[in-house]
Amino acid sequence: MSTELPESTVSPPTRAPFTTSRRTFIATTTLAGGAVVAGGLFVGPNALGDESAAEPPSGRVSLTVNGVRHTVMVDNRTSLLDLLREHLDLTGSKKGCNAGACGACTVLVDGQRVNSCLTLAVRLDGAEVTTIEGLADGEDLHALQQAFIDQDAFQCGFCTSGQIMSGVGCIKEGHTGSAEEIREWMSGNICRCGCYTKIVRAVDHAARGK
Amino acid sequence: MHPFSYTKVSTTREALNAGRSGGRYIAGGTTLVDLMRETVERPDTLVDISGLPLRGITVTGRGGLRIGALVRMAEAAADSKVRTTFPVISQALELSASAQLRNMATIGGNIMQRTRCAYFRDVTAACNKREPGSGCAALKGVNRTHAILGTSGDCVATHPSDAAVAFAALEARVHVLGSDGRERSIGFADFLLRPGSTPHREQAIHRGELITAVEIPVHPRPLVSGYLKVRDRQSYEFALTSAAVALHVRGGVIREARVAAGGVGTVPWKLSAVERHLIGERPSEALWTAAAARAADGARPLEHNRFKVDLLKRTVERQLRIVGGSR
Repeated sequence: MSTELPESTVSPPTRAPFTTSRRTFIATTTLAGGAVVAGGLFVGPNALGDESAAEPPSGRVSLTVNGVRHTVMVDNRTSLLDLLREHLDLTGSKKGCNAGACGACTVLVDGQRVNSCLTLAVRLDGAEVTTIEGLADGEDLHALQQAFIDQDAFQCGFCTSGQIMSGVGCIKEGHTGSAEEIREWMSGNICRCGCYTKIVRAVDHAARGK
Repeated sequence: MHPFSYTKVSTTREALNAGRSGGRYIAGGTTLVDLMRETVERPDTLVDISGLPLRGITVTGRGGLRIGALVRMAEAAADSKVRTTFPVISQALELSASAQLRNMATIGGNIMQRTRCAYFRDVTAACNKREPGSGCAALKGVNRTHAILGTSGDCVATHPSDAAVAFAALEARVHVLGSDGRERSIGFADFLLRPGSTPHREQAIHRGELITAVEIPVHPRPLVSGYLKVRDRQSYEFALTSAAVALHVRGGVIREARVAAGGVGTVPWKLSAVERHLIGERPSEALWTAAAARAADGARPLEHNRFKVDLLKRTVERQLRIVGGSR
C-alpha cells in the first residue's frame, strides 16, 4: 500500500518550526493527515484538512542509528522505515511492498535483520539500528558492498540495500554453507530484475572473504 | 492506519491489567502491524509485551518441551533441544516466512496469526471473519488457496501457520494466564476454532488472556519427525499443502504416529484416520500409500482448489516415506 500523496493535494504545514525538506514535508502529510512531532518539535498538524485537530497519540523514542543517538517524538503509527527515510533523511532503506513481503526495507536492529516496514518506531527505545548508510567504514566499503560491485549483483538497484543488509545478517547467522543454503536464507529479499545468481555469488564471496 | 495509544509493560500483571481494559497485545507485530496498515485491525491500544520474561525453552520434568510465548521463531528453530527432540518443529519454523520475519515473530504470535485469505485482507470485500454477517467473498470467488477441510458456509479461509501444524500433530498445549492471574492450558485441538457460523472467533481464549508458553508433551523415544511444505514457489510462501509427521517405531512396528496437515484446513488438520491406519503396522511403501489415502477424508473442495485433494494425499505419503523410511 503506497501512502505517498501527490504534493498538489496537500498544503504546507502551518506551524513548522524547522526547515522542511520535500521528504519531511511528505512525511508530515502521509500519516493519515495526522500531526507528526519530530525532534521534540511539533510539525504540521493535519495538512489534509481540519477535521481531526487532535494530535494522534505519539511517543518519545531514543535510539541509535548508525552510531548516532537520536531522540524523537513519533506518531505511534510511524514505522522504523518511515522514521529513517522521512525524518532522519536516511533514504537508503527502500519501501517496496510496505507489508513485509519484499525485503527492500531490511535493516539490522540490535544486530538482527528485520523488516523495518513492519517495525513500529515507538517500540525501539534503546535499540541500535544499522542501515546501509552505516555499513561502510568511512571510504572503505563493507566486504559485501564490494562483493555486490565486483559481482555486478544488481541492475536497477532498488532492492540492493535490502539485499546487502539481509546478506550481512545471513552471513552473521552462518547460513552460507552452500549456494542452495544462501538462496533459501536470502529468500526474504525479492529482486524484480532477477539478479539472484549474482546476489548469491556476492554473498558467498563475502562470506568466504574472497 | 488508525491512531492508537501505546504502552509497554514490564510485568505480566501490568500486561493483564492492560489486556483486561481492552488493550491488544503486540509481540513480534509482523501480522498485526501489517493488518493495522490495511485497517483490517483497528486496535485502540497496543500493549507491548516484548519485555516480559517469556523467552525460555525448557525441558519439562516429564521430558516434554516448553517454549516461551515470546521466543522468536528463529530462536526456537535454532534451539538445540528443539532440533534434536522435535525436528518437525524446527523444520516447520524454518520453512515459514523469511529470515527477517522469523527474527521478529514469536511463537505465541505465530499461533495467533490471522488468515492470509485475500478477501479477509481487503476491507472492501465481504468477509464474515472480518465483518460478521457480511458474507464470504471466497465461496464464489478465487478460492484456489482456500481450505478443503473444516470449512463452513460462512468461511473457507485457511490457518496460515506452519508451526501450528507441527504443534497440532504433537498435541501441544497452549498455556495462558487469565486476567485474574490464574493459569490454564488448552489442548491444541481445542485452541484454534473451526469457523462454523462464527468465523470471527478464532481462538479459545478469553478477552485479556495472555499466552505464556506452548508445551509439547512427552512422546516415546526414539521419535522421528519432519515437516514437508508444498507451495507455489520454493521458498517464502504459504503452503498449498503441508504435512507434519512424527513416528515412534520399536521392534519394526509403528507404536505411535502423529500426523497433521497444513494449507488445507480452516485450522491445522489432525489426520486421525491416517494415524490409526499406521499404528501396529510395519513400515512399507504399501503402508504409506494406504495410510495417506485417508488424508483427505471429508474434504469439500471449492471451485478452484480441487487439486488439493490429491496433492494432500501425495504430500502426506511423501512425508511418511521421508520420515518412516523406504522399505
